Amino acid sequence: MRMEYIGTTLVVKLEGEIDQSCAAEIRTDIDRAILLKNAKNLILDFAGVSFMDSSGIGVIIGRYKQMKARGGKTMIIRTQPQVDKILELSGLKKIMDCG
Amino acid sequence: MENYMKLEFPSKSQNEAFARAAVGAFAAQLDLTCEELADIKTAVSEAVTNAIVHGYPLKRGMVEIECRISGNQIEITVTDQGKGIEDIELAMQPLYSGSPDEDRSGMGFTVMESFMDTLQVQSAVDQGTAVTMTKRIGMDTYV
Repeated sequence: MRMEYIGTTLVVKLEGEIDQSCAAEIRTDIDRAILLKNAKNLILDFAGVSFMDSSGIGVIIGRYKQMKARGGKTMIIRTQPQVDKILELSGLKKIMDCG
Repeated sequence: MENYMKLEFPSKSQNEAFARAAVGAFAAQLDLTCEELADIKTAVSEAVTNAIVHGYPLKRGMVEIECRISGNQIEITVTDQGKGIEDIELAMQPLYSGSPDEDRSGMGFTVMESFMDTLQVQSAVDQGTAVTMTKRIGMDTYV
């Protein structure tokens, strides 16, 4: 996972397979980066993610709520079909910006 | 086609990836689409995660997977001998989570139900849980 700031937006490039075994680590790393430079917005780039189960949905919902509480937006970009299908089922695509 | 396999592994979260890859490889004997394969792997990941996280929250135990291919159908059973589910109906409700403070989505059973054709849950407190799912392959051709 790689993270960079573009202005006040934190861009997180997720990689590999996201399940319960790595969810806690991803959560901690993103939260730390949000606080580090007081991120206004968050972009989650899924181009490098080949698989995600509902553990990943939990991580996204948690970050979405956090950014919302800070008055910011969360955006999901470049999802592959498997990730897209579970996002669709979760209803997250209706409340978030998905590119 | 008729075929069968069984595998067993300890309830370590690193085995979630192994379990879905193994079942996916077995299921690939059927002539399935990328989407069907992804559905099966996702459902297995949910069932195995439940067994590890909720079946054995405090102590480690064994998780067993049985897969049976019969014609164009695959049946997958994920079993643990863990703490069991007190109220199956409640546990299967969308967005319900057995451990809500850990950023869990509560969507595990919803995913299994949506991505597979049938889902059956049998459980007894302190004895364990068995989740059986089936999916018929090649059905989207008829839509």
